[in-house]
Amino acid sequence: MHLIHSNYLIDKRDLLMALLEVTDLTTTFHLKAGVVQAVNGIDFLIEEGELVGLVGESGCGKSVSMRSILRIIPQPPGKIESGKILFKGKDLLSLKEDQMRNIRGKEIAMIFQDPMTSLNPVLTIGRQLTETMEEHLQLSNEMAKKRVIELLDLVGIPDPKACLDRYPYEFSGGMRQRAMIAMALSCSPSLLIADEPTTALDVTIQAQVTELVKSLQKDLGMAVIWITHDLGVVARLVERVKVMYAGYIVEKAPVEKLYSHPKHPYTRGLLASLPRLDEETSAELETIPGQPPNQLDLPKGCPFAERCSYQVEKCLEENPMLEEVEKDHYSACWEKDRL
Amino acid sequence: MIRSDTNELLIEVRNLRKYFPITKGLIVQRRVGDVKAVDSVSFKIKRGETLGLVGESGCGKTTTGRTLLHLYQPTGGEVFYSGVNLEDLSPKEMRQMRTKLQIIFQDPYSSLNPRMTVENIISEAMVYHGIVPRNQRRARVEELLSMTGLNPGYARRYPHEFSGGQRQRIGIARALAMEPEFIVCDEPISALDVSIQAQVVNLLKQLQNSLGLTYLFIAHDLSMVRHISDRVAVMYLGKIVEITSSRSLYRNPKHPYTQSLLSAVPIPDPSLEARRDRTILEGTVPSPSNPPKGCNFNTRCPVAVDVCFQEEPPLELCEEDHEVACHLVTTKNTPTSSE
Repeated sequence: MHLIHSNYLIDKRDLLMALLEVTDLTTTFHLKAGVVQAVNGIDFLIEEGELVGLVGESGCGKSVSMRSILRIIPQPPGKIESGKILFKGKDLLSLKEDQMRNIRGKEIAMIFQDPMTSLNPVLTIGRQLTETMEEHLQLSNEMAKKRVIELLDLVGIPDPKACLDRYPYEFSGGMRQRAMIAMALSCSPSLLIADEPTTALDVTIQAQVTELVKSLQKDLGMAVIWITHDLGVVARLVERVKVMYAGYIVEKAPVEKLYSHPKHPYTRGLLASLPRLDEETSAELETIPGQPPNQLDLPKGCPFAERCSYQVEKCLEENPMLEEVEKDHYSACWEKDRL
Repeated sequence: MIRSDTNELLIEVRNLRKYFPITKGLIVQRRVGDVKAVDSVSFKIKRGETLGLVGESGCGKTTTGRTLLHLYQPTGGEVFYSGVNLEDLSPKEMRQMRTKLQIIFQDPYSSLNPRMTVENIISEAMVYHGIVPRNQRRARVEELLSMTGLNPGYARRYPHEFSGGQRQRIGIARALAMEPEFIVCDEPISALDVSIQAQVVNLLKQLQNSLGLTYLFIAHDLSMVRHISDRVAVMYLGKIVEITSSRSLYRNPKHPYTQSLLSAVPIPDPSLEARRDRTILEGTVPSPSNPPKGCNFNTRCPVAVDVCFQEEPPLELCEEDHEVACHLVTTKNTPTSSE
C-alpha cells in the first residue's frame, strides 16, 4: 500500500487489483407470505485499501448483500439466487463450506451493529479474541494471548492485560465495539465489513470509533466497507459511496461528488431532508413522501418512482440501469440528466 | 411558530431530583447507594415554546421527562404547571391534570399494544376521562388520524399493519386525543429512518403551530434538536450543564462538554468535514451511582483545572438567557479546548 505514494505510479486504479468484485448478486428470502427480494442484481468493485460507504435505510438490502458475500445469511429461508463474488480472484459462491471458513474472519472480517449482542456473554473477552487466531493462524494459546493484548492496546482499550479475564458485561458499549474491532483485526484481514458499527453508540463515542477505524485502515492498508444510514458519518469517513434503495444500488460516486451533485432523486431527497448542525434551517424540512416499497412485491418500474418528484411515464414501466453520468459517477435514473 | 404574546410560563421545574435506589440482599433489601439519574435539574418552558433536551444515553434526559410528568415520583424538587405545583395535587386532581400533559414515546414498536386496534389505542384515554361522548368517539378518532396524516379508514387496523413512521403518527394521535397543552416528546424520531424522520418532525412542528402546543423535545440528534427547538438544555450525568436559546448554543457554546458534543456530530458535507477541527472526548461517561467529586465532567474535560476536582460548579447566568455550569466560564472568557 505504501507504494501508492511513490511518484511514478500515475493512477492507482490502473495498477491495483480489484480486491472484491461482485456481479449480479441476487439474494431472496422465501417466506410463507412470499418471496422477499432483498438484493436485486447488484454489481460493485472494491479495491485494495479503500474505504467505501454503503448507505441506505433499513430494509434496503445493505446488510443482506454484505452477509451474502460472507455467506452468512440463514439458508433457508435465505437464498443467493445468482451472482458472482470474486475475492482475490476466487469465486466465493463456488467454494465449499470448509474453504469458506478459511475466508471468514481471516481474509474478510465483519463488525456488527450491536456490540451488546454480538459478543458471547458467558465467555471472557480473552477467550473470544484468541479463538479466531488459534483457529486461523494456528497460534498457541500463549502466543494468541500476547497478540490479543497488542490488539486491545491498538484499539485503545486501557489496561489490556486485565481485560483478558473480563466478561462483556463489564465493558461499556464503546469498549465492546473496540473489542469487536480488535477481534475483526486479529487475523489481519484484507477486507473489513463494518455493519453500522457506530449506530448503537453515543456521538462522542461514535467519533472515537470512526477515528479509530480510519487510522487503522490507513496503517494496516485494509479495505473497509462501512454500512450505515448516517450520511454525516459517510461524509466524514469514506472515499466512495454506494447508495442502496429497495435492494438496488441506485447511485455510486466519490463522496464529494455525491454530496455536491447528487444524481439520483433519492439521494437528493435524503440529503435535503437532513437538518444541518452548521446551518439555520427553514421552518419546514424537505421530505420524501411515502415509504419504501414492499419488497415482497416490488413495482415493475423504478422502485423509487412512487415517491419521486421527477417521475415520468417511463419510470413506471421500466427499471433504469445504473449508468455513468460523468466520470466515476453512476446513477440509476431515467431523468438523471435533469438533476 | 406561534409564540404567545404574554410570554406566559407554562412549565417550571425547580431542583428536580430522581434517585433510583441500589439495594443488596434478597429478603431484607438494604439500600447501599443511589443512581442519581436526575440531580437538581431546573428549567422553564414558556407557552408555545419547544425546549430541546440533549445528552448522551444514560445522562437522565428520559428520566427528567418522565419525572416531570410524575410518571416517576420525584425524589425531590418541584414541578409547576401554569403556576400549580403538581406535588400539591391530590391523586384525583393529578389524574385530571394528566390530560393536559402528554408524552410521545421513543419506540413506536413497543409503545402500542399489539392486541388493540388503532381506534381503541387512540380512544382509550378519552373513554377513561369521558372527554368525548360515546357517539362522537369514532369521528374524533378519524379526525385525529387525518390530523396526523394517516388515512381515517385505518381505525380498525392493528399496529402490526403499520410501518415505524406510521406507528409514531398513531402515538402522536394518541397524545393529541387528550387535547393536551404540553407534550414530552421522548426521542420520537430516533427509531425511524432518515427519510421518515423529516416527515414526523414536520408534523410535530405543524401541530405545534395549529394547536399552540408546548414541547419538551428529548433527543440525542443535535442537528434535529437545533432544527425544532427554540431553546436547548444540555444534560450530562444527571445535571444540566448549559441552557440557552438554540441559536446561541450552536453559535457560541460555552461549556466544554457542549463544545465537544457539537464537534463530534458529523456534518453531511465531505469538504467541510475534511476541514473541521474536532475535539474528540476521551473515555466514557462515569457511572451515575458514583459520580466524580467536583464537576461531573472533570474525568473527560480537556480544560479542567484544580477547582473542577474540588467544587461542583453551579448553573449560572453568563450572558443574557445563557446559563452554564462551568468554573471556567465567566462573563468574559470562554474556555477554548487545547486542541
